[in-house]
Formats: sequence, C-alpha cells, structure tokens
Amino acid sequence: MHGIEFEIAPASGETRRQPLPEYIEGYGEVRAFEGAFANVGVGISDHRPRRSKSVRPGQTKFLATIEEALDRAGLRDGMTLSFHHHLRNGDHVLNLVMEAVARRGVRDLTLAVSSIFPVHEPLVALIDAGVVTGLATNYMSGPVAKAVSQGRLKKPAVMMTHGGRPRAIESGDLPVDIAFIAAPCSDPYGNCNGVRGKSACGALGYAVADAQYAEVVVAITDHLVAYPASPAEITQTMVDYVVEVPSIGDPQGIVSGTTRITRDPVGLAIAHKAAQVIHASGLLEDGFSFQTGAGGTSLAVAAELKDMMKEAGIVGSFAAGGITGYLVDMLEEGLFNNLLDVQCFDLRAVESYRDNPRHLPMDASMYANPFSKGAVVNQLDVMILGATEIDLNFNVNVTTGSDGTIMGGSGGHSDTAAGAKLAMVVTQLVKARLPIVRRHVTTITTPGETVDVLVTDHGIAVNPARQDLIAALEASGLKVVTIGALLALAESMTGIPDEVTFSDDIVAVVEYRDGTVVDVVRRTK
Amino acid sequence: MKRLRRTMLFVPGNNPGMIQSASVLGADSVILDLEDAVSLSEKDSARKLVTKALRSWSFKTTEVTVRINPITTVYGPLDLEAMLEVQPDILLIPKAEVASIQEVEARISAYEAAKLGGEAVRTKLFALIESAAGVEHVHEILASSPRLVGVLFGGEDYTSDMGVARTMGGMEIEYARNKVAVACKVHGVDAVDTPFTDVDNHEGLLADARKAKAMGFTGKAAINPRQVGIIHKGFAPDPVEVRYALRVLEAMEEAEAEGKGVFSLDGKMVDAPIIQRARQMVALAEKLGMVKGSTASKDEKNANDSLEGGLV
Repeated sequence: MHGIEFEIAPASGETRRQPLPEYIEGYGEVRAFEGAFANVGVGISDHRPRRSKSVRPGQTKFLATIEEALDRAGLRDGMTLSFHHHLRNGDHVLNLVMEAVARRGVRDLTLAVSSIFPVHEPLVALIDAGVVTGLATNYMSGPVAKAVSQGRLKKPAVMMTHGGRPRAIESGDLPVDIAFIAAPCSDPYGNCNGVRGKSACGALGYAVADAQYAEVVVAITDHLVAYPASPAEITQTMVDYVVEVPSIGDPQGIVSGTTRITRDPVGLAIAHKAAQVIHASGLLEDGFSFQTGAGGTSLAVAAELKDMMKEAGIVGSFAAGGITGYLVDMLEEGLFNNLLDVQCFDLRAVESYRDNPRHLPMDASMYANPFSKGAVVNQLDVMILGATEIDLNFNVNVTTGSDGTIMGGSGGHSDTAAGAKLAMVVTQLVKARLPIVRRHVTTITTPGETVDVLVTDHGIAVNPARQDLIAALEASGLKVVTIGALLALAESMTGIPDEVTFSDDIVAVVEYRDGTVVDVVRRTK
Repeated sequence: MKRLRRTMLFVPGNNPGMIQSASVLGADSVILDLEDAVSLSEKDSARKLVTKALRSWSFKTTEVTVRINPITTVYGPLDLEAMLEVQPDILLIPKAEVASIQEVEARISAYEAAKLGGEAVRTKLFALIESAAGVEHVHEILASSPRLVGVLFGGEDYTSDMGVARTMGGMEIEYARNKVAVACKVHGVDAVDTPFTDVDNHEGLLADARKAKAMGFTGKAAINPRQVGIIHKGFAPDPVEVRYALRVLEAMEEAEAEGKGVFSLDGKMVDAPIIQRARQMVALAEKLGMVKGSTASKDEKNANDSLEGGLV
C-alpha cells in the first residue's frame, strides 16, 4: 500500500521552465517579475492625459452606424481598440465592430479586450490577414486562444490581470485609441448602464478605465432610452459617440440563468475541508470579507461558509468580485453587509445589483489595480482560487493547459492572491487523469509567494512561508502535509506525465499586475 | 477503542474514479460493491479492479468493506476467494441467512487452513439481512460466525420479500429494525440501518437517521456521498445531552471524593444507569472531537468551554 509516505522537494533556484529573455520581438524589453510588491508604484509611465475636448450645446453624439463612428474616430493603421467582456460568450459588439473595421482595409491593429471568448472566433481570420497583429487580454479561451497558441498573431499576445489592465491603461502603458463600450442601455448623450434592456449584464466595472482614458469612446447599445439614462455607470462626460444596433449580445451567453453548487461529492469534500481551513485560520469573525469564483466547488465553499456564519452568528463586511446569485442570497440573509461587484454572473445578481443599494459597483481599477491608492483586493480576508497546475513553490498556472495551449489567463487570480490575507487554491489532486500538483507548472500565472494554502481531496498543504497558518491549522486538528507529499501521491496515481516540448517562439507574454513579466508562453512543437 | 461505523457508503466496484476518491468522502466505512452495482457482464472486471485497488491503493483511515455476490451464485465464491487474497477490513455478505453465513465461514476457515497454515485472516464479516427469514433468524445468524462484527439491514429487499410497499413513514420495516437493533445489542455487534433512497431529500434523511439512532442503530448505510454528512449529523450526540453527561461525571467525581454513595444533580437522583449512559455519551463525544481532553473539567463553565460547537 502506498500513501503519502515520501515527498518530493522543489529544485532550488529557477522555478520557471525556461529563463526569461531580456528582449522579446514585438513586445520590447522585458522587466522581469521581482516580487509581488517589489515594483509597486515604481516605473509608472507618465500619465497621458486625454486631450481635452468640448461638446457644444446642440451638438449630437448619436450616429447612425458603426462605420460613421469609425470615420469620426479617425480609424487608421496601427491603432489600439479596446472592448470589455461583460457580455461574455454572448458578446456581439466586438464582432460587429471588427467586421466594419475589416472593410476599411486598415492593418496592424492592437485589440485590448478584457477577456476573449469562443464567440470571438471571427477574429481569427483578421489575425491571419494581418488586420489584427497585437492583443492584450486578461483571459482567453476558444478559437482565438488556439490561434495565438499556434503563433498566428504577429506580435506576442500580452496576458494581463484584471488589476494590471486598468493600471496599464491609466498609466499609458496601454494607450487606447478607440474604446467600444457595449452598453445594454444608453441615452443618445452617452449615459450608459448595464441593468436595463434585453442584453442587461449588470455591472460594467471592466469598461470604466477604457471609458475614462481612451482618446475616443463609442458606446454601442441595443436599448436606447430618452436622456438621461439612469443609473449612469459610465457618464456622458466620457463618451464621444453613441450608436444603436439591433442586438449587442445573446442573453443566453451573457448571464446564465442560475449558478449552481457542485453535486460532485469530491468537490463537496474539498469545499468542506476548505471551510475548515478558513475556520481554523481565525479570519472568520465579524467583519469577515470573502471572494470566490462562480465555479461549482468555489460556490460549495460559500455554502459551507454560509452555514458556519449562521451557526456562529457572524456578519461579514463584504463579498467581492464577480457576483453570483448565491452571494446575493447571503447578502439578503444578512450574512454580509455589502457586495462589491465588478461583474454579474447570473440574472439574480443583475437584479440585485439594480435594486439593492447594499450591492455596490466597483470598477476594475478599484477592484484590483496595484498602482492605486488602495484596491479592494487589499481588504480581502479570504480568496478562493482555482488552479490548472500548481508547482512545489505554490506557483499557479491558470493560463495554459497541460498541453501548452492557452485556455485561460489570470483574470483576477494574481490580483486577489496578492491582496487577500488568505489566498487558498482549491482543486482535486488529479483531474482527468492529470496530476494538478507538478514539479514545474507549464506557465506561471500567479507567483507562489502570494498563495498561502492548497486544499485538495487528498490533503492540505500550506506554503512554508506561512508557519503561523500551519500552526493554526494543526492546533485545530487539521492535518497538514507538504506539497511535495501531495506531488508524490499524485504521481503515484498517474505516473509522471511527459513534458510538453516547446519551440523558441514566444506567442504570449504573461504580465504580472505591476507590468513586470512573470513568464512567457512559447509555441508548442 | 471500537471504531465508529456511523456511515457505510456504497461505492460501485466497477468505477475506478470513485474507488480512488472513496477515502475522501468522509464516510467511516466504504462498501466497494461487487453485487447490485455491477452488471453481470462486468462481474469479473469489477472483481479485478477492487482486488487491484486493495493491493495498491491507500484508503487511509477509512474502513474498507467489500460486498461480494451471494455465496449461492457463481460469482460469490469467486469474489470470496479473490477477497481473501487481499483481505479488506470487512466482507459484507448479502442475502444473509444462517446457511449462507455458515457457508462463508466454512470457506474462510478452509482457506486459512490451506493457504495460511491455520493463521486467521484479518477480515471480519458483516451480515446483510434483507429477507423475512434473515430478520426472524437474526440471533442464529449472529451466532453462526465469530467473525461477524455487525449487521446491515436492507429494507428494500426485505419489503420486497414481504410483498409490501416501502413508504416514507417506514411502518413496514419498524418490526425488522427493532428486532435487528436489539439482536445486535445482545451480541455486542454494530447495527447499521437501511439506506435512505431519496438522495435529494436531506431533511427526510436526517429525520430517518435520527429515528435509527433512537432505535439503537449504531449507523446507517449511505448510497450517495452527499448523505454522509447528514447521517453523521443525525448520529451526533445532542450537545445539550453531552453537556449534561459531562456534569453527571463531574458530580460523580465530587460525590466519590466526599465519600457519598448516591448523589443528585439539578435536584434529580443520579443512579448507575444514568452514570453508565453518561460515560458512553462522553466517550462518543470525545471520539467525535466534540469534547476536548476528558472529563477532568472541574466546573460547568469548563465543561461548556470544552464542548466544540457541534462541528461533526
């Protein structure tokens, strides 16, 4: 019989699979990651104040077509166009705009899209044609991610974080020429919100920096209302033009009807253990703050917490991030005083965001920007994170699959891990016959120094930097093992998978939230 | 100390993923099932899979039970033979009646004599009593093998044998449950109650588990991992009762110190059965981690402090 009998120690020194280059063609000089807070506030580009502009009385912003907006905005080769992802896999706006852009015969554009989904497949043809040669995004999945992984984009894609993107836009590291704001509701003068109309998506937090800092801002809506639209999450002072189209998105793909707790018993067992870790950490007291993703296991952790908070009579201060109906229930049951919402994941969240004054908006910069006077992530007690792979130094990969293909990205992963007092990765030790704990992760997305604990079905491992946490867990009777022991156990179940072989070509640069480079993605052979 | 069997969770013997995860689901015992969960065409492969798992896989602290096929079928003896090679903690013998347990006992004894030079296998037996005859002869069954450490009562097959409908109220299995629970107490073995088949009815399960506990069952079978925590909740001692038990033992210590034979607590006389029950209650609560340390607490405040908030 074999159990956790031995452990595998991390190799000393370099934890990246390959050292970083000093210069990357199409990206520029590489400033290597030096520590989660080593470069905070350092080396910020000078603010590039937006040219002042004045709209006079009687002047109209309302245009008949996207083409006209492209004319007015002065679209030309080499520009950077930005889009937000609140309509997720139901988004029509990026495809509509790029269809019009392609007809102009312009080339060499960079797209700054907060996230890219399978629905954006038409982009692949524009990448192949050289219309789009650069991409900055926080997350991508589907055909575009595959095309980038294959090296079809001329310049390496820049993978950012939800906090790193507004930092880059605000500081001028990522200057945006034209921002297209998919607006579920707008008036003709550019006051926009996401809570009304057939394509309602709730919060518009990821679009705010774009609206504030782009040279030209075009709101595209399918629900035009009389002036003034209320509420106005993005206001008339930021918007140059408004275009009405028949549909900005497919409601089916925008918000799911419901988000559900996993029924998978192993996921539930992990969630139970995660809740015990939170309890043992001592953080679960009045004023507790918490963030989790919308995945089934993450929601199951929330369900466990809910029971524990009720039983102990604890009232938390806030839950943050992408908001699900489950967190809305907790708000309405008085378990949290507030929700801080950058994005709504389901219809229940959209309704609550619209109707409940304790359900507050937060833009991406407020949420996670490390170069600000305080991000919400800094106020988090506990963050529940996922992982595609995690190595012996607790570095996490959520960017590439184990075959080396891009299938995600940080989103808020690195930001929340850096900010939260307890950053907890919850995952099965083995998924689809692949071990999740690895000697080396395929790509480093989130540095291990910001990850405190790994909770798996087969054991809990704590980052050795957190001896206080190890002591607290053991004092509560929770068994803690080393991550090396979990690796040994995982490999005893699956064997050691063959390493993916990569070419030298860099297809994506993984930027940490401060703009330094934490890793690169190379083209697979 | 005797191990807890509050839950015995059925896991299909032909599902590698679930077998691999069996030890993380929180059940006190898992039943790797070669019988009903496995179709006829997969009997061989399931037997091989379970054998391999028992040889190579650690189930950590979870007790491993294997339900073999009835010994009267062609698969039963093959299952038994294979399992004796890997010796799980428990073998669950279905359709248990006196003859089938005697047959299994004889085969195991023969195996020990032939293959182990007379040395005993570590594997114990559980009788799955699921027929009218089984219920009626539960004492004789329990007397037919010294390896028996418990009975699992199977209410579905039992009611089918009786030709009566299974209902939510469970009136039709009341007699059988009482009889099995009492017989097990007489023989000093565990009594594990029939599974609750409506897996999404968590409240019904909790009520049913509490009822089984009240009847004297020591545990309940689970057919879905999501039932495990609920059953444990149903079988957990009431914190109020534990607190009272701690105070009984404490008052007893004081009375002993003062040389008093009888004593009272809250104006009520405390006698031997009450003390006996208090001891059992505290022992169980300690095992479940509800009470830290022992009964050494000297006043009620300490007794309260040492009681964890029911995190079972």
